[in-house]
Amino acid sequence: MSPPTAGGGGTAIAHGETLYVDAIREALFEEMERDERVFVLGEDIGVYGGAFKVTDGLVDRFGEERVLDTPISETAIVGAAVGAAIGGLRPVAEMQFADFISCAFDMITNFAAKSRYRTGCGVPLVVRGPAGGGVHGGPFHSQNPEAYFAHTPGLKIVQPSTAHDAKGLLKAAIRDDDPVLYFEHKFLYRRVKEVLPREDYVVPIGKAAVRRTGRDLSILTYGAMVWTALDAARTLEAEGIDAEVIDLRTLFPLDEPTILASVTKTNRAIILHEATRTGGIGAEVAAILSERCFEALDAPVLRVTAPDTPVPFSPTLEEFFLPNAERVCRAARALIGY
Amino acid sequence: MPDPILRQQMELYRLMRLNRSLEERLVHLYRQGKVVGGLYRSLGQEATSVGSAAALEKGDVLGPLIRNLGAVLVMGYTPKEILLQHLGRAASPSGGKEGNLHFGRPERGVVSSISMLGALVPVMAGIALAARMERKRTVAMTYIGDGGTSTGAFHEGLNFAGVQKLPLVVIAENNGWAYSTPLRRQTAAKSLADRAAAYGIPGVSVDGNDVVAVYDAARTAFERPRSGGGPTLIEARTYRMRGHAEHDGQAYVPREELETWARRDPIDRHAERLLASGGVTAADLEAIDRRIGEELDRDVVEAERSPYPPARDAIADVYAGGATEAEDVFLRRRT
Repeated sequence: MSPPTAGGGGTAIAHGETLYVDAIREALFEEMERDERVFVLGEDIGVYGGAFKVTDGLVDRFGEERVLDTPISETAIVGAAVGAAIGGLRPVAEMQFADFISCAFDMITNFAAKSRYRTGCGVPLVVRGPAGGGVHGGPFHSQNPEAYFAHTPGLKIVQPSTAHDAKGLLKAAIRDDDPVLYFEHKFLYRRVKEVLPREDYVVPIGKAAVRRTGRDLSILTYGAMVWTALDAARTLEAEGIDAEVIDLRTLFPLDEPTILASVTKTNRAIILHEATRTGGIGAEVAAILSERCFEALDAPVLRVTAPDTPVPFSPTLEEFFLPNAERVCRAARALIGY
Repeated sequence: MPDPILRQQMELYRLMRLNRSLEERLVHLYRQGKVVGGLYRSLGQEATSVGSAAALEKGDVLGPLIRNLGAVLVMGYTPKEILLQHLGRAASPSGGKEGNLHFGRPERGVVSSISMLGALVPVMAGIALAARMERKRTVAMTYIGDGGTSTGAFHEGLNFAGVQKLPLVVIAENNGWAYSTPLRRQTAAKSLADRAAAYGIPGVSVDGNDVVAVYDAARTAFERPRSGGGPTLIEARTYRMRGHAEHDGQAYVPREELETWARRDPIDRHAERLLASGGVTAADLEAIDRRIGEELDRDVVEAERSPYPPARDAIADVYAGGATEAEDVFLRRRT
């Protein structure tokens, strides 16, 4: 996996490397080839290929029935996907921006999430869409909505940080028998890339990854912030602080064994996320650490997150809003000096 | 009775009578405090449920709401299952996880509603979409109340179905009331069928208290998608003869309206039609009623004897193949 490139957009692709955005498309393509029950639906995903070109070319291969352009109707998109899943298919519903998932909230939280429990009828559904900031999208094209859904039993939530995981997690989500929300980070679309395995693979849902091993403290994070954490870890290394970076990958249900193994070893924890602070995934991780490895902690558990505000538009404001490596380093130094 | 049409009409009578008699048993159990939660009646609306569902064919899929007991009975759910469901027992269709008519399995041709009205319209559109993609002849049918037609989900679902020409039939049960809210505070439209024009689909109005008229309208609507046409919206004009649920004395409902609609009772009207046909006697109908009563006697006894689910079922089946860990790990470790 190669780190995000600076600046606005594209990155040079070395031979054999796959961009994060293309890894998502590959997963869709291969799953639709593998299983004719898999289909995609959403706004402008057919001939146009999607607002971010994630579904580019799929309609040419699979036709308009399996690459279904819909009206601007998130409730109908997810609702019809729920019905199709109950009817035996494997739909992947696209939200043009993850922000718009709020328009389908009822279908996800009340219909899909509760169906197996209420009626014994599972809903093998994937809802995916671009989340996250750093691209000056403003309040309605930059949000990280995962915490709204992490409070809903019956859902699974994943967010990949690498091209490898973007592909493997989406394949796992499509093959899962329960509804999975797949938040892809739009900042990473054309900024991270790597050589992917030739063979079919999945990244199992519910398993975190250790991105960097370290002894002194654990940075528990996900999505684009994995790269921020790795940046910070490099700076800290020069100061003699050895940080471990855990990429949660699945946000609900959390991989408690990996979280606990890391913090039991390092005895200090920072939770880093781009989503806003209160009631975020970090709060849940902190609660797990408090309940499960209190005796192992040598310092308070710290959160480095966005502030409790909407995502602002102007570059100076958004830069202030987004967590960065410098803030992570400051938190790390505070923990080491505690 | 050799006449197949008459036999079918007798079956419609039997199903409406079963719908009503079963609800009367449920009212009895409710007053004894044995029904878990509220009780939602379909008194006076039996013809809409029974007539529409009876027009479905094998392989079709139904999305019933809480006042569609008759439709659920048509689909083959037994009175005992309905009793068990209302009593919250382990052997109920939802295993005690849900109440009233919130249950359904696709293999039994029924998709459960949720309490958020309108939600079933896009979901049943999805059922229709899946069936079409699999080249099946399936038609999906669901209901919506007059109140439910005010939701966004209703609009989004029907609009999507119209664009896609999906095999979906929506029966808008106009029973005059959404809890305490009358139709005139729900919509300025004169008829719920008028809404169909906005989606480019046929909208028809039918006497919802005439089981044969409902059956015929549904049958016509089901034939459209099977021959390449799309969805239909049917307004069934009926009346809610009880409150929103049994706790609601419906003091807000004008007495004269109830009296007017009582004279249009769907079961009485159908019985009169059968008797007027000359092929059926009052004794025939009484025999049906008696048999239903005897069967319900047994069902009630058996349902009341049926056990509640074990408490730990509460954490089962949130996800495929696993229970949720509900216990406090810290306390478990300490004790």
